[in-house]
Amino acid sequence: MKSRYAMTMDTQRCVGCQSCVLGCKAENDLPEHGFRDWVVVETRGEFPTLTQEIRSQRCNHCSEPACVTACPTGASHVAVGGTVLVNYDKCSGCKACIAACPYSARYVHAKGYIDKCTFCLHRVQRGEAPSCVDICPTRSLTFGDLSDPDSEVSQQLRGRKHKVLEPERGLEPNLYFLQ
Amino acid sequence: MAQITRRQFIQIGGASAGALAVGSGLATKWWGLDRDPIPDPETDGDKVVPTFCELCFWKCGVLAHVKNGRVTKLKGNPAHPLSRGRLCPRGTGGVAQLYDPDRLKQPLVRVNKRGEEVFEEVSWDKALDEVAGKLLAVREKYGPEALALFTHGYGGSWFSHLVKAYGTPNIGAPSYAQCRGPREVGYGMTFGQGLGSPESIDIENARCLVLIGSHLGENMHNTQVQEMATAIGHGCELVVVDPRFSTAAGKARYWLPIKPGTDIALLLAWTNVLISEGRYDAEYVTKYATGFDELKKHVADKTPEWAHPITGLKPELIRESGRFLASFRPATLIHPGRHVTWYGDDTQRARAMAILTALLGAWGRRGGYLLPSPLEIPKFPYTAYSYKPKAPVDRPASLYPLADETLASGLCDATIPGKSAYPIKSWFVYGTNLLQVLPDPRQTRQAIQELDFIVSVDIYPSEICGWSDVVLPECTYLERCDEVWSPAYKQPFVAVRQAAVEPMYESKPGWWIARELAQRLGLKDYFPWKDSVEYAEHRIKAAGLDCATLKSTGVILGKRVPTCEEEGAQLSFSTESQKIELFSKTLAAAGHDPLPKYTPVEEPPPGMFRLLFGRSPVHTFGRTVNNRFLSQIVDENELWLNTDIAADQALKSGDQVVLVNQDGVKSNPIKVKVTQRIRGDCVYMIHGYGHTAKGLRFARGRGASDSELCTRYKVDPIMGGTGMNVNFVRLERPESA
Repeated sequence: MKSRYAMTMDTQRCVGCQSCVLGCKAENDLPEHGFRDWVVVETRGEFPTLTQEIRSQRCNHCSEPACVTACPTGASHVAVGGTVLVNYDKCSGCKACIAACPYSARYVHAKGYIDKCTFCLHRVQRGEAPSCVDICPTRSLTFGDLSDPDSEVSQQLRGRKHKVLEPERGLEPNLYFLQ
Repeated sequence: MAQITRRQFIQIGGASAGALAVGSGLATKWWGLDRDPIPDPETDGDKVVPTFCELCFWKCGVLAHVKNGRVTKLKGNPAHPLSRGRLCPRGTGGVAQLYDPDRLKQPLVRVNKRGEEVFEEVSWDKALDEVAGKLLAVREKYGPEALALFTHGYGGSWFSHLVKAYGTPNIGAPSYAQCRGPREVGYGMTFGQGLGSPESIDIENARCLVLIGSHLGENMHNTQVQEMATAIGHGCELVVVDPRFSTAAGKARYWLPIKPGTDIALLLAWTNVLISEGRYDAEYVTKYATGFDELKKHVADKTPEWAHPITGLKPELIRESGRFLASFRPATLIHPGRHVTWYGDDTQRARAMAILTALLGAWGRRGGYLLPSPLEIPKFPYTAYSYKPKAPVDRPASLYPLADETLASGLCDATIPGKSAYPIKSWFVYGTNLLQVLPDPRQTRQAIQELDFIVSVDIYPSEICGWSDVVLPECTYLERCDEVWSPAYKQPFVAVRQAAVEPMYESKPGWWIARELAQRLGLKDYFPWKDSVEYAEHRIKAAGLDCATLKSTGVILGKRVPTCEEEGAQLSFSTESQKIELFSKTLAAAGHDPLPKYTPVEEPPPGMFRLLFGRSPVHTFGRTVNNRFLSQIVDENELWLNTDIAADQALKSGDQVVLVNQDGVKSNPIKVKVTQRIRGDCVYMIHGYGHTAKGLRFARGRGASDSELCTRYKVDPIMGGTGMNVNFVRLERPESA
C-alpha cells in the first residue's frame, strides 16, 4: 500500500516553547525570518474564565493540495508519502501557491523561490524523524505513516479526539491536532 | 550559511539521496528529464562533539554538529539525563551566540570614566598584567578579603578557586539571594535539606502538579518541561496559582488568579482544609514530622473564608482546589519554584509550601520530592589554601544567620563605605551582568564608584563591562572545556563540557585566564595542570571512570540508588529534631515566626500597578537578548495589561507606553499587549530587556528594563533575599519625538 505520511500535534502537551521552530531553522539552514513552522496560541473567554489552545503549525501536506494544482511550472509536486515539496529549480517565485494555500504554510525564500516544510524527508529517508519531532521537549509531535495501521500516528488517531484545520475546504490535510 | 549555492547543493543532495533511497518506495515523478530532488540542507556535521549547554544554568547535554570547522547545529544528547535527546529553544541558539558579531573579541582597558564605555584594545599580556597589578595592590593595601567575586555560570569555578587562593571568602552568586535562596532555606528548615539544582522532583510521576507562581513551560527548564508533558500525557492534573493566565494555567484543572503577594494566605487555607477535613497523610505525619499540634492550632482559623478577602479567591474555589489536590496524595507535587525572591516573606512562603508537601506525604515519595545522590568524583588534589580568610562581609553579624550562601546583594551593600565590617575595594565579575541582576541598579553603580578596581570576564559587552576597568573576553561554551559536572540528582551522572571548535578572535577559555592570573599573582602552584582537559581527565580517572567513553558520549550515568520509599529508600531528616519540622524551633530561636504567617503586602497606589516579571521560553535573562537567532521569535518585551484596564486608559495592543515607578524612574518605551490573561492590579513583562550597552548592537534599546524599575526591594529577614515584586508603575504616553 502506498505510504501516507502525516503528523500529529498534541495540544495538551505543547507549551508553545518554539523549539520546533528554531530546530527547523537550524536543521534546514533557513534564512533570517524564514519559517517553515510556527506556533499559534489561541485564548478564548474573559478573565478569569479562560481556555487556551497552543498549536505548532506547518504545511498540512494535503492529500488534495491546492498549491500543487495552482503551480504553473510543476515546481510544487507530491513526493514520497504524499509529501508536498517544491523543486526550487523549477520555481519561478510567482506565489500562486502562496495564494492557494489556506494555511499560510509557504514563504518566499531570500533566494527567490518558494519554501515550505518538507517533513524533513532528507532525514525521514535515513530513518530519522523530522527535526521538529526530534527536538520537541514535550514530545508533542509524532510523524508517521497513516497507511500503516500499527504506526504511532494511526494509533493516536484511533484513540484520541482530534481535529484538522479548515476541513471544509476539502484539501484533506495531514496535520492532526490531538485535543 | 553555506558558501555553495542552494542549487548546487541540491544537486549534490539529490545524488546522495538517490543512493540512500533504495527500497524506500520513493515516488518518482518525472518532469521532462529532471527528477524532483529531495532537498537536503546538509547541516549534519562531519564530526559531532558531545558537550553541555550554557544558554542557561540547566546545563543540558548537547551534541554539536561541526562541519568544515564551523558549528552548524546543536541537538539534544539522548544519553544525557537532563536533555534526554531534546533541547529547549535557547539550546538551539548556541550557534548564534558563538557567531554573534557583537562578542567581545579583544581584552579592553578603560580609557574614559567608568560607565562611559570607552576602551582601548590591548594584548592579553598587558590586560593580565594590569589586572594582577591592581589585585596585588588591593591585597597589599586592604587585605585579600577586600576582593569580591560575583559569579554565575559553570565557567566560574576557575575563578572561585583563584580568589580563594588569593585569600578572600567573599564569593557571591546572584542565583542565591536574587533567585532561589529563600526556597533553599525554607525547605532546609523543614526537611533538613534544600533542593539545589537541578531539583530532584518527580514531575513525571506526579498525579497532580501544583504551581505557585511558577510558570513552567515559559520557564524552560528542559527536563522539568519534558516531565510535565509526560505527566499530562498520563493524566496528571494541574493546579496553577498565578495572577497571570500562564501557559501552564491554560492546561490546569484549577487556575487561581490570586492577588499578588498573598500566596501564604492561600497556602494556610489549603493547610486548614487538609487538617480540618482530615485529608492529610496522618500516618506519614505521625511517623516523620514534629510540630503538628502547633500547626493545627495555627491554621484553625485560617479558613478559606478568612483567605477570601486577602487573596481575592472565592472560598469555594480554595476549598474545592484544596480537596482536589489532596485527593492525589502522596503524588501531589507542590513545585518548589526557582526564582522566588518576590515579597521579602519568601522563606516563609517556601516553608508553607514545604509544610503542605509534608502533610501530603510527598517528600521521599514517588510523584513528589525524590532523594538525590551524586556520582562521586574526587576533587582535584590542590594545595590547601594558605590564607585563613575572615568571615564574609555580605551581612552584618546579627542578620541572616540562616543564609547558607553568600549574598551577592550583601557584597554590593558592603562596598558602600560605612556599611560593613571591613571594606570591599575590588570586584571580579564573571558572567553576570550585575546591573540587570541586582535590585536597584542605581545603588550598584554607586558601589562601583567606590572601588579601586573592577574587572569583568564575559563573552558579551554587557552593561557591567561598560562599568569595568578591564574587560577580559572569554570564549563561549562551544569553544572551551570546563570543570566536570556531577550534581546530586535522582539519576546520578557526570558530564563534560568539550570544545566543539577553537576559540574565535582573541577570546580565551576561563581556565586559561584564571591560570594566567594565578601566575602573575604568585599563585602558580594552585594551577598545577596544563589545561582544563588534563584537569578533567585527572578527576575522571580518580573516580575510576573511562575518559575515552566520557569524551565520546559526553556523559556517564552512575548507579541509581533508591530515591523514594516506593523504591526502598529510608527517609531521614538532618534537621535538629531529625524529623520534618512543621513547627521550626530553629526559626523561633532566631527570632522568626516558627510557623508561616501571612503579612499584608503594600497595595499599589491608585493609578499604579504592581510590576511583575518573568521568562520567555526563548530567552535567559538578558544574556540572550542580543542573540539574533532567538530574537527571530521574541525581539522585544511587551507589557501585559488587562483588557478592561487598557480600555479605561484608551490603550490598545501595540501602543507604546513609558513606565514610571514609585521613585519617578522612567523606563524605555514598551509596547502594550492587551490581554484577558492577567489581573487588573498588576502588569507583567519578560525580564532582561532594555539594554543600554553600546556594544550590544542588536539588543540595545529594545524593550524596557524591569531591573531599572526595581529601585525598591524588600529584604527577607530570614536569609537576606531581595524581594523584587514590590515596585509599582504607572503608564505614560511616550513624549513624541
